[in-house]
Amino acid sequence: MEKRVVFRSSWLPWVLIAPQVVVIVVFFFWPAAQALLQSVQQSDAFGTSVEWVGLDNFRNLWNDATYLASFYTTALFSTLVAVLGISISLMLAVFADRIVKGALVYKTLLIWPYAVAPAVAGVLWLFMFAPSVGVVSYWLRAFGVDWNHLLKGDQAMTLVIMAAVWKQISYNFLFFLAGLQSIPKSLIEAAAIDGARPWRRFWTIVFPLLSPTTFFLLVINIVYAFFDTFGIIDAATQGGPGKDTSILVYKVYYDGFKAMDLGGSAAQSVVLMVIVVVLTVVQFRFVEKKVNY
Amino acid sequence: MKLKFAAAAVAAVFSLSAQAQTEIQWWHSMTAVNGEVVNDLAKNFNASQNAYKIVPTFKGTYDESFTAAVAAFRAGNAPHILQVFEVGTATMMASKGVSVPVGKVMKDSGEKFDPKAYVSAVAGYYTAPNGEMLSFPFNSSTTVFYFNKDAFKAAGIDTTKAPGTWPEVALAAAKLKASGHKCPLTIAWQGWTQLESFSAWHNVEFATKGNGLQGMDARMKVNSPLHVRHIENLANMAKQGLFVYKGRANVPEASFISGECAMTTTSTGFYGNVAKNAKFAWGLAPLPYYPDVPGAPQNTVIGGASLWVMGGKKADEYKGIAQFFNYLSKPDVQAATHQRTGYLPITTAAFQLTEKSGFYEKNPGTDVGVNQMIRKTTDKSRGIRLGNYVQIRTIEDEELEQVWGGKKSAKEALDSIVLRGNELLDRFEKANKK
Repeated sequence: MEKRVVFRSSWLPWVLIAPQVVVIVVFFFWPAAQALLQSVQQSDAFGTSVEWVGLDNFRNLWNDATYLASFYTTALFSTLVAVLGISISLMLAVFADRIVKGALVYKTLLIWPYAVAPAVAGVLWLFMFAPSVGVVSYWLRAFGVDWNHLLKGDQAMTLVIMAAVWKQISYNFLFFLAGLQSIPKSLIEAAAIDGARPWRRFWTIVFPLLSPTTFFLLVINIVYAFFDTFGIIDAATQGGPGKDTSILVYKVYYDGFKAMDLGGSAAQSVVLMVIVVVLTVVQFRFVEKKVNY
Repeated sequence: MKLKFAAAAVAAVFSLSAQAQTEIQWWHSMTAVNGEVVNDLAKNFNASQNAYKIVPTFKGTYDESFTAAVAAFRAGNAPHILQVFEVGTATMMASKGVSVPVGKVMKDSGEKFDPKAYVSAVAGYYTAPNGEMLSFPFNSSTTVFYFNKDAFKAAGIDTTKAPGTWPEVALAAAKLKASGHKCPLTIAWQGWTQLESFSAWHNVEFATKGNGLQGMDARMKVNSPLHVRHIENLANMAKQGLFVYKGRANVPEASFISGECAMTTTSTGFYGNVAKNAKFAWGLAPLPYYPDVPGAPQNTVIGGASLWVMGGKKADEYKGIAQFFNYLSKPDVQAATHQRTGYLPITTAAFQLTEKSGFYEKNPGTDVGVNQMIRKTTDKSRGIRLGNYVQIRTIEDEELEQVWGGKKSAKEALDSIVLRGNELLDRFEKANKK
């Protein structure tokens, strides 16, 4: 039983989708095409001389051991950001869904961080964890933890992951909450009458019914971790110590906007684009099979 | 945005009344006291004549204003004068047609101009191999050593004389630690102070080809035995808690001001901040060195920024720029700028004028940077001018951090700086060879 609206006019559908098409072309296809073009060029900072270099920019990347190492850093960072971000917000959403009193306050507080700019989020967490003046690092020292993310790579990674997850929790939370509210109460009540305890009800009914939301958030969170986190990295660690938190997108930003190597930066963003396209395809082909709509 | 329109409207009204005036846009990155100095210079120059009007605009930090200028240049509306930090010097030089050499601007304008009047250690850095001055040395700084006299007293160290050598610094640090001090020494601008200036100070090469001043085919040399020895010493001090790493660029400066760290190496440009904000007795001294190295101490390396004249402007505008640069070079104007900012004097006359006025005696320590710089330089100490310098600085940070963290030995890290730095230099050379 398929419902389908059929337009008689041949031009009206095009007009109706035109605004969306314009947005996509201007904000996605145009920059992506520019990146592709610049990745095979090399120019000085001021663009006075542009030279075609073929695949030289990519070859330079391939020969750069630190660039290859940042694939591992990026994989670790993105996986942890996506997994932690999704599980923590799912938990919060489940709790928020049960609350009767003060639900609005609770929800508002959880949605708040989404309004914070990434760089500001980075600075916030940086202040709390600053080795000499940070509140949290002071507490940690009281517990015998010597917090110094300036020199300890794993601590620096922990810091940027916390900031990135915190920033994304609101978004995930909103979607999960909406998903939970659309699950028919009768299903859960029926299971309860059959004797299923809350834990079992969650895993056998709620979680499978939430799977479309979870899948959507997985894709979004991976994209977020890959592309939107350079502000946090720049403010909190600048990729350091060493290159321990230098994820791929941070290097794109640094090489392009600080070091003015547009060709190299464009080549990196092309690589990044390919990775995310492949990842998204993989997610749709394999993970989506486990999704019940 | 509204403010901008209002300002533009006001400016339009005023320019009607003073039609003959030629406006000259000047983009800079000076904040606080230094920003006030920039505005005063423009105001006083504008008042001194009525053919030209200098319009200074603050465009953010050095790299922000540089990025803004690149974008403006590509769009065809670059400013007339752009302040560029020393790290961007090689990029400016290599970008043909972007800027006009100051020497040429002065000559074409018919203004009196004597390159010899400028302090050679300062102007030499901004001069092409053929002797033509490329950019105007506006604010030059160098690396010096600051110490907290109160902390020294508490640790029972003589405060009349600062520790002048690295062994003395280590000794002082050990005494400070024994007295319960948590952070005896910290280091700001680690690459600049501990590798670049360190090299010039000991008269060893940082890079070949006169540290890049003689050509784009320069290659890194920072893994020499002396460099390894110094970084190893610092790594040992870090292990014993005598040197505490506080971050990149000038971030560590805050821990000196707060009194947390007792000694630090950083820019002369830090002087104003310490003078205004430090709540303890402090001293300013020359950068420490190793007494057993022949030729040390030589001179320290230059930092700061210079003014570049952008290309493609009208002849009349260049005339105004030349007049303005001559105004900046006047002994009294220059001496006043030097004394207010702590930046180095750019002409010998300004230095002598300041000396005669008794400024250095009244403000002990203000002459340290000057004395470190005003010496006869060698090919190894004239300055460092490398392509892709921004990235090389970051590589220095990344590798040194791994030494302080105990992940790499000094030799490994310095070898890695050379290897990674040379790749960038090679790429820069290829990209700019026409």
